[in-house]
Amino acid sequence: MNCDGPSRAHAVRDADRLENELLDKKPLYTEAEARAEADRCLYCVDAPCIKACPTQIDIPTFIKKIASGNLRGSATTILEQNLLGYSCARVCPVEVLCVGDCVYTAWGREPIPIGRLQRYATETAMSGSASFSALLPRRRGAAASAMRVACVGAGPASLAFAGTMAREGHEAVIFEKGAIAGGLNATGIAPYKLHAEDAQREVEFVASLGVEVVTGIALDASDAPGRISAKKLLDTYDAVFLGLGLGVDTTLGIPGESGAGVVGATAWIERMKLSMNREQRFEIEGKTIVVVGGGNTAIDVARECAQLGAARVVMVYRRGASSMSGYAHEMDAARVDGVEFVAHARPVAVVRNVSGAVTALRVSGPRVSGTPSDVSDYDLPCDLVAVAIGQSKLREVATYFPGVELDDRGCIACDPTTGQTGHAKVFAGGDCVNGGKEVVNAVANGRDAARTLLERWSLKFARVSPSSGGQAAGA
Amino acid sequence: MADLSIDFAGIKSLNPFWLASAPPSNTGEQIMRAFDAGWGGAVWKTLGDPVVNVTSRFGGIDYGGKKMMGLNNIELITDRPLDVNLREIREVKKRYPKHIIIASLMTESKRDWQVLIQKCEDAGVDGLELNFGCPHGMCERGMGSSVGQEPKLLQEITSWAKAFARTPVLVKLTPNTGDIVEPGLAGVAGGADGLSLINTVKSIIGVDLERLIPLPRVANGSTNGGYCGPAVKPIALHMVAALARERGITIPISGIGGIETWRDAAEFIALGSTSVQVCTAVMHYGYRIVEDLLEGLNGYLDSKGMKSVGELRGRAISGYQEWGDLDLNYELVAAIDPTVCIGCQLCVTACHDGAHQCIFTGADDRPRPPHAHSLGLATAPKPPRLGLVAGDRVPWIDEPECVGCNLCQLVCPVAGCITMVERRKGPKETWNDRVRAGRDKISGGIRESEP
Repeated sequence: MNCDGPSRAHAVRDADRLENELLDKKPLYTEAEARAEADRCLYCVDAPCIKACPTQIDIPTFIKKIASGNLRGSATTILEQNLLGYSCARVCPVEVLCVGDCVYTAWGREPIPIGRLQRYATETAMSGSASFSALLPRRRGAAASAMRVACVGAGPASLAFAGTMAREGHEAVIFEKGAIAGGLNATGIAPYKLHAEDAQREVEFVASLGVEVVTGIALDASDAPGRISAKKLLDTYDAVFLGLGLGVDTTLGIPGESGAGVVGATAWIERMKLSMNREQRFEIEGKTIVVVGGGNTAIDVARECAQLGAARVVMVYRRGASSMSGYAHEMDAARVDGVEFVAHARPVAVVRNVSGAVTALRVSGPRVSGTPSDVSDYDLPCDLVAVAIGQSKLREVATYFPGVELDDRGCIACDPTTGQTGHAKVFAGGDCVNGGKEVVNAVANGRDAARTLLERWSLKFARVSPSSGGQAAGA
Repeated sequence: MADLSIDFAGIKSLNPFWLASAPPSNTGEQIMRAFDAGWGGAVWKTLGDPVVNVTSRFGGIDYGGKKMMGLNNIELITDRPLDVNLREIREVKKRYPKHIIIASLMTESKRDWQVLIQKCEDAGVDGLELNFGCPHGMCERGMGSSVGQEPKLLQEITSWAKAFARTPVLVKLTPNTGDIVEPGLAGVAGGADGLSLINTVKSIIGVDLERLIPLPRVANGSTNGGYCGPAVKPIALHMVAALARERGITIPISGIGGIETWRDAAEFIALGSTSVQVCTAVMHYGYRIVEDLLEGLNGYLDSKGMKSVGELRGRAISGYQEWGDLDLNYELVAAIDPTVCIGCQLCVTACHDGAHQCIFTGADDRPRPPHAHSLGLATAPKPPRLGLVAGDRVPWIDEPECVGCNLCQLVCPVAGCITMVERRKGPKETWNDRVRAGRDKISGGIRESEP
């Protein structure tokens, strides 16, 4: 097993990448800032913030350790519950999770900035120690009884699953079809929250626990080069975890959609983060961009374009603002970035000129908001249309693994607590199960599936109790 | 506008706020700026034969994000030539005739005390303060706290000073003593006109955990210093009160120790101080804090209908009693206001781990912990109390078991959320009453199981 780190042939290194133009909206605290905020924490008993965290991090405890200067202990408290506590600190919608339930919030006071403190603890501790091993020592596994597990897809769910297994001395390998591990943390998170190289560093941390990450291997019906079959996985490993994520961007299905000037949101974000360089900023700068959708991906694209210098960014949503699935605090931030919002507008066609370039998105809706009877088609002039109305489901997986079934949404059906699918050896978690939620939900899925297996194998992990979200297992 | 002026053993000051003898009163230039800011007087940085100082000299204790809750210093008395200090005293008194300059003094031989007192009084000081307090450096040479800790020596040197002095003589006491009343009475016996206290508390402020050397570090070592600042205020309040209520203490007191706000000052005055002296707060924030001291004390006196600061002086002394005179039948029970409780439940853990196990959460009745309690159920309120802010996280109190200790209220972050409700058990009865009536034996004692 390769314990030194993942296969990093394609690791993100190019500092000239366009995403690096977008700086942290919430930079790393200084020590004085972190201590000042940590000292404000009331250290609640049976704290509501813990209950609001999908991975049940003991938040008051890690914060008090920041206040005392015990940063390694603070990071360990976080990582024991959430191996991806670093990226979660930066990408979690804390406003609707831990911070939303901070007692200061209901009190009408400024809540504790838990995400930023969690970043301070994890980032400082991870960069401070010579090796990751001091943060989260690998438990002494009984080599003779070590099991072998494989994960498909190298996103947060698989990383949490594999890392949890590896810490207990089991062999864990992750197969990733793309060139870069980390999943949406590497390819999809808005750069002002997390850059791809930061996500890569976290993958290195998980790998240091004993996880092997193999890129360029896709799940398939055959075992041709660059592919691996379900049969081979089931034959080779004691358990398989499916952390596949979602498929390609959903399209609008309207005239004029295919061709240059219309992009799928996640595909565009991945290209912007990983492939575009600073010189390609001209594709956005000074341009007018229409973003279709009302979810958080739509808001991300809109904010990214606005911050990259677009002349105008317009979000188009078919229903009213109150129906949006995107978070209100993100939409507020988008407005601050200068994003405009058009509600009750249904795209009907992409308008192109004689040379084929996009000139407008034609929508149907009331021209003046509040007069729903006055519905007509009208054009929103633009240079680029970004479609952010969801991603397809990877339905073919069900045909690969006997017993694995899809639910009526097309997601992998599994026990919501354990991640167990219809196949005894196959577990699943993350977006491919929940249809697209937060990184922290994926981490909880992967961790709890691993804890379920550990308990089942009952090597020496009798204390593991995934449903209670209690202490991690082990010696 | 209340009258803030005071008469301290004949020293008439515009207000009770004096700079304590310390770095803020090191030079005439500083003291004149302090007077411009509003200070009524200054006790000049201790004069004597000039010394040599070390670096560093200060160490601080931070708490909960707040800097310098306590300060410790190993600086000695003035390191400037005496004639320079005297020239500046003359200059300040000429330009600020209504402001008070008191010379803090420290020396050894009787002859030196005489010369020093003579020179200071010739320079125009309004009074003298004998520094019998510093617990570092000078005490190793037989001065400072080494005098303050020996009542006979203190009395003798005080009587020398009184014999030489034409102006009032204050004796500054060290808290590094078993019973502050002894040196206080010795000062009175020596003829002192006033007492100043407390000087700093002998201390080590901390340890540099990298070098494993105490702080403040001087090269590869340190020494014990004098501790002051907000952290020492309770110690100082007790010592001031102990002297103020002592029948034999017939002279005014200048209260010192952690005074930063007008509230601190008012507390010292209520416990018997005529003037108050400030050092650490000025070292932290500057002379400007006197504005709040003046305004705040004035506003407080006005709100209480007191026409002068003299009306406040000593008003809390009679409330300082022996434990044996406290009312055993006065009972308090904690009450939590569900409309403002935020559900942090710090009171629950404080009560369970640090007090008497009578605050609970949830809607269910709970068995009472068996020790020190009447066995049985703690009864939850029905219907359960839902908080406006905290919902079902509002704790409830097992009222029959609450001992009224106050800890829950102390840890509660919400002002007014936890109140202590008075429930008198019966007419006043003190421990001393019980002793007098022969009812001071409580069952369960040491010799109860003997045949």
